Amino acid sequence: MADLAPYRAVLSSRIRSQLAYRRSFALDVAGSAGVGLLEFLSVYVIFTNVTELGGLDFAGVALVFAFANLGFSLADIVVGHVDALPTYLRSGTLDAFLLRPLSVLGQLVTSDVQLRRLGRCAVGVAILAVALPQAGIDWGWGAALLVVAIPLVGAVIFAAVFVAAAAAQFWLVDGAEFTNAFVYGGSNAASYPTSVFTTPLRAAVTFVLPAAFTAYLPTLLLLGEPGPAWTPAWLGWFAPVAAVVAWVVALTGWKAGLRHYTGTGS
Amino acid sequence: MTELIIDVVGLSRDFTVRAPAGRLRRTSRTVHAVRDLTFSVPEGAAVGYIGANGAGKSTTIKMLTGILVPTAGTARTCGKEPHRQRRELAREIGVVFGQRTQLWWDLPLHESFRALAAIHRLPSDRAARRQVELVDRLDLGEFLDTPVRQLSLGQRIRGEIAAALLHSPRLLVLDEPTIGLDVLSKERLRGFLVEERAAHGTSLLLTTHDMDDVQRLTERILVVDHGQMAFDGTLAGLVDRVGAQRVVVLDLLGGAHGVGAGAEVGGGAGGAGEAGVRAAGVPDLRGIPGTELVAVEADGLRQRLAFTPGLTTAAEVIAAVAARATVRDVAIEEPDIEDVVRRLYLSQ
Amino acid sequence: MNPLRTYVVFAALGFRRYSAYRLATAAGAFTNSVFGLLRAPITMAVIGAAGGELAGYGALEGATYAWLTQAVLTPVNVWTWNELALRIRSGDIAVDLARPVDLQMTYLAGDLGRAAFQVLPRGLPPLLVGALVTGLALPTTVLPYVLGLISLALGVCVSFACRWLVNLAAFWLVELRGVLTLHMVAVGALSGLTVPVHWFPDWLARIAAASPFPSMVQAPVDLLAGRVQGVEALGVIGVQVAWFLGVLLLGRVVLARGVRRLVVQGG
Repeated sequence: MADLAPYRAVLSSRIRSQLAYRRSFALDVAGSAGVGLLEFLSVYVIFTNVTELGGLDFAGVALVFAFANLGFSLADIVVGHVDALPTYLRSGTLDAFLLRPLSVLGQLVTSDVQLRRLGRCAVGVAILAVALPQAGIDWGWGAALLVVAIPLVGAVIFAAVFVAAAAAQFWLVDGAEFTNAFVYGGSNAASYPTSVFTTPLRAAVTFVLPAAFTAYLPTLLLLGEPGPAWTPAWLGWFAPVAAVVAWVVALTGWKAGLRHYTGTGS
Repeated sequence: MTELIIDVVGLSRDFTVRAPAGRLRRTSRTVHAVRDLTFSVPEGAAVGYIGANGAGKSTTIKMLTGILVPTAGTARTCGKEPHRQRRELAREIGVVFGQRTQLWWDLPLHESFRALAAIHRLPSDRAARRQVELVDRLDLGEFLDTPVRQLSLGQRIRGEIAAALLHSPRLLVLDEPTIGLDVLSKERLRGFLVEERAAHGTSLLLTTHDMDDVQRLTERILVVDHGQMAFDGTLAGLVDRVGAQRVVVLDLLGGAHGVGAGAEVGGGAGGAGEAGVRAAGVPDLRGIPGTELVAVEADGLRQRLAFTPGLTTAAEVIAAVAARATVRDVAIEEPDIEDVVRRLYLSQ
Repeated sequence: MNPLRTYVVFAALGFRRYSAYRLATAAGAFTNSVFGLLRAPITMAVIGAAGGELAGYGALEGATYAWLTQAVLTPVNVWTWNELALRIRSGDIAVDLARPVDLQMTYLAGDLGRAAFQVLPRGLPPLLVGALVTGLALPTTVLPYVLGLISLALGVCVSFACRWLVNLAAFWLVELRGVLTLHMVAVGALSGLTVPVHWFPDWLARIAAASPFPSMVQAPVDLLAGRVQGVEALGVIGVQVAWFLGVLLLGRVVLARGVRRLVVQGG
């Protein structure tokens, strides 16, 4: 693995230029937090009408929601801007990447960092802080480890989804609209207990697009719940495996996409 | 034996172009952008690569630098296969695309240099020294802190060239670098490139439409037409091939033969200059075998003789002139090369 | 030229502009269907957890609500729209204002043209998928559909009036992102896009009722589903008309103020 200095050089410039405009940045962070709160509002409204959803109570669903949102926004901060690939393809900037002695994906990922998504991150953390004590968790080292690991593994999975969606842009024209269905649909599915879905759909959001591994299944472990048929709680321990598989798929797709680009020209 | 910095054998590249035909169907046809190109360039050489738009120049460059994979044939740059060994090759070449940028668009220029120094793993003292050298000789000092997107075209090109040379590559590839620049900027840039090559022995591959670039910077020309090699040789050889005339410009000391200040004579109509040439005190250069007097300037102290390379040589012309007058200085002007290239295409 | 005909021309332009994006429209319809596929089971699960019925929604009605919201959200165009703001910022608005047509009406006509194009290719696919996957509880008579489509058109109008007003902030603010995001959040929260307004707790329901947002999505969805019928439906339409005219008029007043500011400041 090449040393990280070149990536660091560009990243630090980006961070500095983002923080330079304090007021805009603050507004952006607030806006991102607002979006996060808006999404939680749906969950809140649901629970003013019922006391459980998909086998979990309000605290439990709040945990699933918060873990999913936290994982998604962490991935969004670090990797989210790979969705700029179509712009780079059109402007020939990708050729500039190919002319440097660095990995193209590495350059794309480190070309920017979206610090404003920290707002949504903060909302996730805040919800966790309130919901964790009320969820009836059996606290110990295992539970503490899970709380830290779940959003991190979730972020890795979502990052793979971002990269796979970007790779698709090598083949599709104006394809962002199409891949958004999977990226944001996946995020939506991850925020709720997947036990509400019928088996075929549940299998799709667990084993095809591993949304369930980002929050719901590991949260079942945390809560000591058994989980629905075909996707039981102990699958939650395999979240890291799901992350690895997701990245294998994403990287394979990326390499194929790059081969397609250099093979057909633009 | 010098290594070949570029070695191309049977290089070909096809594109499939799909166009809508009617409301639902699409036709597809194959465009042969590059056809069976073969040439090699030894290290240290400077080659001009010229051709009309769409002749395949940029496609060849892309294949030589690893951006595009050939459909057939092989290309080796700095001894490496561009596509398979992209990253190693990137350490040894510098590339400038005139119409696209390799700098970081919204960051100040010096940040691009910082990033590139880190990317090429240059030791910081070496990078600093090299940057100072480039900034000085390309006059970048006044806009080092300006974001790249705010630079003028000329400033940006100079910045790109500095960025491409920061890691002292063995080969510098320039794709239409002087397009859109004014005459003064072009000349300064050419001057810099000549000095750089002399100082560091960098090989140069230059694609351009500007024939003065070719004349100033390269010793060898490759002319490509519709993807195929139409000419590979020296500029003089090209001129020779299409029979265009070269012009010897002579600065003379007043001679003993009694011809004087004259008006400039239009090219090719030698007879019209007679009257001007009759004035006293200036050498008469008419009648030298194989030449045509095309202009008399500065009261006869500068005269231009056109000659056809096949019929006589520059050396013979100068010798003949020296017999009639004292020559202070000589320059040779190549013909309008747009014209030459056009003639070459027509002669195919 | 008869002004009505002028506006029809603008509407046709709006239609044609969007009809060129065939791939994007297809992809968008796909996205709508995927989201319906996710939201319908969630909505049904909530109803199940509430004992099989919630605020008049049975499981099938709940699913229908989810599919219908996906079907109408594109024509209604709830997400960010900043065309006007960009023209104000660049000064091009001066050119627009110099034309002998009413600016707001031409934009409204264009927006209605756009919505007219998007109704079928973005509205039908999620409904078809919904019919196949969960089934739909739709009315069997014609009147609800007639009223529903009128309500949908009004929903587009209310949405337009609000977006227009928000864009006018460009006369006063340099950075519009904050205002646009705020608008987007408010629409998302209060229009009944993700959970029906009828499920809101009292305090939120009061806030929603005092805003134009439910008139954008919840109203047409309710009427198309036949949840609200007859006289009650006319009442809903009346509320939509009231919000539309109110926000529209406010938009005209604010535009005049903005233009005056522009002229005075020599923008």
